[in-house]
Amino acid sequence: MKPTDYSLFNLVRRGVWPGTAWPPAWRSVKPGLAYDVVIIGGGGHGLATAYYLAAQYGVSRVAVLEKGWIGGGNTGRNTTNVRSDYMFSESAALYDLGLRLYEGLADDINFNIMLSQRGWLTLIHDQHQLESARHKSNWLACNGVDGEIITRSAVKKMLPGLCIDDSARYPVLGAFLQKRGGTIRHDAVAWGFARAADRLGVDIIQNCEVTGLTMKGGRVAEVRTSLGSIACDRVGVAVAGHSSTITAMAGFGLPVTSYPLQAMVSEPVKPLLNHVVLSPGTGVYINQSQKGELVMGGVLDLYPSHAQRGNFPSIEKVVTAAVEMFPEFRQLRLMRHWAGIVDVVPDSSPILGATPVENLFINCGWGTGGFKAIPAGGLVLAHSLATGRTHPLAERFGLDRFRSNRLVDESAAAGIAH
Amino acid sequence: MIILECPYCHEQRVEDELRYGGEANIQRATDPTAVSDEVWTDYLFMRTNPKGWRDEQWCCEAGCGQWFKVRRHSVSHAIETVARFDVVL
Repeated sequence: MKPTDYSLFNLVRRGVWPGTAWPPAWRSVKPGLAYDVVIIGGGGHGLATAYYLAAQYGVSRVAVLEKGWIGGGNTGRNTTNVRSDYMFSESAALYDLGLRLYEGLADDINFNIMLSQRGWLTLIHDQHQLESARHKSNWLACNGVDGEIITRSAVKKMLPGLCIDDSARYPVLGAFLQKRGGTIRHDAVAWGFARAADRLGVDIIQNCEVTGLTMKGGRVAEVRTSLGSIACDRVGVAVAGHSSTITAMAGFGLPVTSYPLQAMVSEPVKPLLNHVVLSPGTGVYINQSQKGELVMGGVLDLYPSHAQRGNFPSIEKVVTAAVEMFPEFRQLRLMRHWAGIVDVVPDSSPILGATPVENLFINCGWGTGGFKAIPAGGLVLAHSLATGRTHPLAERFGLDRFRSNRLVDESAAAGIAH
Repeated sequence: MIILECPYCHEQRVEDELRYGGEANIQRATDPTAVSDEVWTDYLFMRTNPKGWRDEQWCCEAGCGQWFKVRRHSVSHAIETVARFDVVL
């Protein structure tokens, strides 16, 4: 055990002995002149990529460039939910890898990510949704992913505050439940991956905006930034809603449109909601954070934007829906609201791996569901950056699928109307 | 909150009364069978998605139902121009 490991022993030691304050979780460094790999985007996916590059592929001359601060982008702006109930086998393999890696992540990176597998419920409001839930649970069984349909009385027991009687605008027939689904402290994922990557020698450079790419012979030779130019052999791009901006610098386009996805929290209250619940009727999903705040998300703003801020029409839609589902919530005050910019693609599946530029690899297109897949997205991008080849689990998710017309349509599993 | 004045019925509409309908100036090939898969893919899927000024199509959905063009900034949401389709932005 190193003296900088997070452990009970070190906690006591540093609490008792004077002059043993914790060192910063990661170094503040100036960018070097050259790296083997430069990763653009210091969110969860970019940091996970850096960590897996160093930990699993032995590549540690790596820089992660972040325009803002670590944890200030979508990784710190989502509703912290994780699940893996996606339908097609290729999606299930990818998202379930994400969830399985999350299940072991606290040990892997020596950082408590506060994974709470409290169960993810999608309510079933009518006969059609019941039939699609049956269809989905059969698919999941074939894919080896857990998921089951529970009855109305079981839902009532799990969610005592839910308006489920005859006065409910959307009647509840039951729910689809993934027990392994739940929540994670989202900043911990960003901080934990940043610290773990830093301990393996990765340079994490904050407040460093990429301003251009210097191309030579169809390759990226240099990444130009607000802190100077950086030469590199390979470039990874994991910038979600800003993906089109970066790839335009490399001279190619993406089938991506950037939309704001908003979320909001109430004031903190005592525990009253023990699971994550999504209502397809109202389009709203709610969970209670460990601090006691009710975390609510819902509709995508249906026009493109790069403004990372919330607005009142969405607040009204989400809050009225939440109060309709849980009438008790009307007593609560809303504390904060915000937006993250998500990268929506036509088939609601990620774009992973090779691009028209030989040494530039991409991880984008997760849309509204990127957080749950962070370890998987990082691992497959690390594989591309280390070997130059696409990870077997990412093969169906290449940018070329739009040319070959082999889309992976997961718009239903995405859970939010796009 | 996005507020636009429809260039057809001249009523002010807020974002809940409007419908966004994609980037403007994307033209379908006049002879789809004559173009390559690349051109067809670009038409169907590829978008410029700029951070900054963008040309868009909006519909006065809760009003007169007409489609029109808007030049809007994707960060500030400022509106520069609202125009009928026969105007070249």
